Amino acid sequence: MKTGIGAKVPRKEDARHLNGTAQFVGDIKMSHLWEAAYVRSPLAHAKIKSITKPEGFEDRVFSMADMVGLGPIAAQSTLPTYNQSNHWPLAKDKVRFVGECIVMCVAPTRAEAEDLAEAVIVDLEPLPVHVTVDTALAPNAEKLHDEWENNLFLTTQFDTDLTEIRKTAAVVVEREYSTARQCMAPMEGKGALAYWDGKADQLVIYTSTQVPHLIRTGLAECMGLDQGEVRVIAPDVGGGFGYKCVLQPEELTVGWAAKHLGRPIRWTEDRREHLTAGANTREHKYKMTAYADDTGRLLGVDADIWVDVGAYSVWPFTACLEAAQAGGNLPGPYDLGAYACRTYSVATNKPGFTPYRGVARPGVCFAMELTIDAIARAVGRDPLDVRRLNLVPGSKMPYTNITGKFYDTGDYPEAARQAAEMIDAKSFAKRKAEAASTGRHLGIGFSSFTEQSAHGTKVFASWGLALVPGYEQAMVKLAPTGSVEVKSGNQTTGQGLETTIAQVASDWLSLDISSIKVTMGDTGMTPYSTGAYASRGMVMAGGAVSKASEELARRIRVLGAHLLQCKAEETELKDGAVFRGAASVSLKQIAQAWYLRPDLLPDNIETTGMEVTEGYKPTIDTGVFTYATHAAVVEVDIETGKVDILDYVIFEDCGTRVNPLILDGQSYGGAAQGIGTALFEEVIYDSAGQPLTSTLADYILPGPAELPSFRLGHSESPSPYSRHGIKGVGEGAAIAPSGALVNAINDALTPFGAEINSIPATPHRILQAIFDARDAREMLEAAE
Amino acid sequence: MKPVPFSHNIADTLQLASKALNTDGSKIIAGGQSIGPMLNLRLVRPTTLIGVTRLEELQKIHIIGDTLSIGAAVTHARIEDGIDGVDLPPMMRHVARSIAYRAVRNKGTLGGSLAHADPAADWVTTMTALDAQLVIRDARGKSRREPMASFMRGAYRTGLQQDECITAVEMPVAMGQALWGYDKICRKVGEFADAIGAIVIHPDLKYARVVVGATEDAPLLLPDMAREIARTATAPSLGDIDSTLATYLPGASRVKRQLLKTALSRAIAKVIPS
Repeated sequence: MKTGIGAKVPRKEDARHLNGTAQFVGDIKMSHLWEAAYVRSPLAHAKIKSITKPEGFEDRVFSMADMVGLGPIAAQSTLPTYNQSNHWPLAKDKVRFVGECIVMCVAPTRAEAEDLAEAVIVDLEPLPVHVTVDTALAPNAEKLHDEWENNLFLTTQFDTDLTEIRKTAAVVVEREYSTARQCMAPMEGKGALAYWDGKADQLVIYTSTQVPHLIRTGLAECMGLDQGEVRVIAPDVGGGFGYKCVLQPEELTVGWAAKHLGRPIRWTEDRREHLTAGANTREHKYKMTAYADDTGRLLGVDADIWVDVGAYSVWPFTACLEAAQAGGNLPGPYDLGAYACRTYSVATNKPGFTPYRGVARPGVCFAMELTIDAIARAVGRDPLDVRRLNLVPGSKMPYTNITGKFYDTGDYPEAARQAAEMIDAKSFAKRKAEAASTGRHLGIGFSSFTEQSAHGTKVFASWGLALVPGYEQAMVKLAPTGSVEVKSGNQTTGQGLETTIAQVASDWLSLDISSIKVTMGDTGMTPYSTGAYASRGMVMAGGAVSKASEELARRIRVLGAHLLQCKAEETELKDGAVFRGAASVSLKQIAQAWYLRPDLLPDNIETTGMEVTEGYKPTIDTGVFTYATHAAVVEVDIETGKVDILDYVIFEDCGTRVNPLILDGQSYGGAAQGIGTALFEEVIYDSAGQPLTSTLADYILPGPAELPSFRLGHSESPSPYSRHGIKGVGEGAAIAPSGALVNAINDALTPFGAEINSIPATPHRILQAIFDARDAREMLEAAE
Repeated sequence: MKPVPFSHNIADTLQLASKALNTDGSKIIAGGQSIGPMLNLRLVRPTTLIGVTRLEELQKIHIIGDTLSIGAAVTHARIEDGIDGVDLPPMMRHVARSIAYRAVRNKGTLGGSLAHADPAADWVTTMTALDAQLVIRDARGKSRREPMASFMRGAYRTGLQQDECITAVEMPVAMGQALWGYDKICRKVGEFADAIGAIVIHPDLKYARVVVGATEDAPLLLPDMAREIARTATAPSLGDIDSTLATYLPGASRVKRQLLKTALSRAIAKVIPS
């Protein structure tokens, strides 16, 4: 089918987005709708002494004490040493980060609600603040959660014996790395609109989420409602990236207010709220020791990883998913014989950590890729050669790595070779020398990774999550007009899933995707799905739609066979019709016979119907692994510290490409976000825990002028474990840029003896590294 | 992020605007590209905003004798495009092109930017370098002139009184023939500057000015350096620039000084190629 799997078809979603007719939470119009604003904590850590409401407006202003029946967000974990946090949707006795909700105000307009919020007086008694994991872990540190023994959500340990390697390794490389706290900065912030539907006796909540069915479960639990009393609808969602993957305190308070005030209530996150209360991701610290032989062959890695997870655990993914992923994924695509790693999930006075596109891997990939280059420099070899020497080769596939990850298909060194060829690595030394002769400083860098996608039950259970994703269902229906309806509980947030799952149905049902209507994200209309995250959408929802479509195609052929007066086995479904030889009946004729003229069908007809719901899970639930190598050439202006990306290539393999156009778009977008992580984005706090980057003039996102023209290359190693050989690819491109770019920067800085080990690699950090290297050199010379 | 309640008064005449300005809590909006976000952040809380961008007398670009006069409500985009039939100094058109983004340039105005006095903005440094005079009118309709070089008192502080408003910016027509260099360092295209260097030299007018911008204070004039460059026609060494900056800006960090030094040396290099 020309709009089936593999077709480069434009997205079904595009028309409404380009015409401005899409419907986001902020676009919804409803009579008697009021807007909410929150009084948020101005302090990072404090006791709440008193809350005084403006006189005469007590019925529009709510504290936690007013919200009777509403419980805290409390993510549980099955891991034994885990400390649980209770995140009350409005702070109860204490505030633990700047931006935490304390009071909710409602009014006919947002401006009036903000006026009310300004008139509320909250008396706070400041407490000592933890802005770094170091102070939070210091002996006798002020505790965030009084009932805990310290400020640790969890520690984990992975250990193979490194004793022998420590003694014998020819090369030892030690480094400390850090990655900044970031905001995910989707174009549309969060937002929720709720009302009580009297007929359905149900709270209906429109919310900007990736996981409507999970939110339904979480809302019902925290509000003390039965699931049947809650319907969650995700309308158009303008970017998710993980930010909209967790239950939000605002969803709970908007729900409570709508139910108790008897009118629709909406909250729309503004950019300042996002950049402060939403500053919740990416912050890691590493201490790494790598052991190698004198050819650069990795022998072992020993690492400590600290994740600054902020004040509260998010639900359902917990404060510990990030560290678990970091510890498990640090070895990455490498064939590593020995590995020890300790992780610490540390509570600080910042917003609760939420996994962001790539989940921990942008951090571990950065740490590992810089270490590979450091080893290469130590043994005096080309980093590309050392990388290829250590990557898991195709001949070893499938391969189970040291942390038990099962790499299904592919050839990792080959991807690195292809990327090197695309960027013309062979002639780079010449280009670099030519540039140097005119005072310009070029560098080249590589970064390789694997992207575990659509991992299921056992993997999530091992991370201690109380709520584990497993199967995926989808419904596919032949409508009376001969068109097809697909219903999935997954959610599209801009990643094109509405189009790609239609392509899967198109393949089975031989219909153009324009005749396939996809509905997602409404718990009242779709089968259960845990939602869109962990690069699972295409594998899982695609797989479920495939299974349901296959069964529907079978039923259509049975009906077609009746009408063609032959056996089903003698028929073929193609071009929108069932054929027996040259004779055919169209899907429309078949649908009309089924729905409107059953008298045309025999009495003993199969009555299962033209509406099929099927469940699906890949044959393994350890995930299918996409992989790639990114390569970059940069120029560093050593007088200003600015980095210009001269060339950027991505060679990736995600198995079967369902829609190459959408895949390329995912790569561009992911790499752009990765470049933000590598060079620009950083939430800066002062020593009192005040975020200093609360506008987009201070929190710098890369714009079109800062991004290179990405060049992409592909190979296809379909997974034998998933339907159609599909692997997830939504997160991948965001993982590698920091490794490739900082390796390239460090290559350019080699003549100056400077090295960057913290991101973002801002002009300030680069200049400071050059100064520090110069000072060290001068001190040494003076000493001599 | 919604403003406090205020009334929006679009003035029909400059006189009415001035009069309205003479009441407490009123403020001019002249493009709104800075005051807009500040309103939303509730950093400014006016009772009345007086819109002046539609006033024709603030829109004019014309030459009177040997003076070029640019109305305070002329947008950056009009300067960038230079389509008003009056030749603008090439330096101004060059600077206008690199202010923020076109959408901002379509709305933001020259007078608005100068009155806002953000140290990292382009016009305060450029107009200092070009020796511009600001024409300032008070509520009684009296006009005075103040040189840009003294108008800005510090970050976001100017010589404007509550009832005063900038009506025009003037400079010698001859500035159009000056030699000039301008260099701006910023994190990304369209962002506010981390460092600005500017130099304007006009041998016939015996005019030479060197200015450093984005210092977190009013633009910094370096008259000795300007005189020396004009006298010798050679660029100062990086070491000289660095020690001059260290003297004038003892509080600046090493990185900040490095950026200012680079911007200034690159601006000078456009006038005196090394």
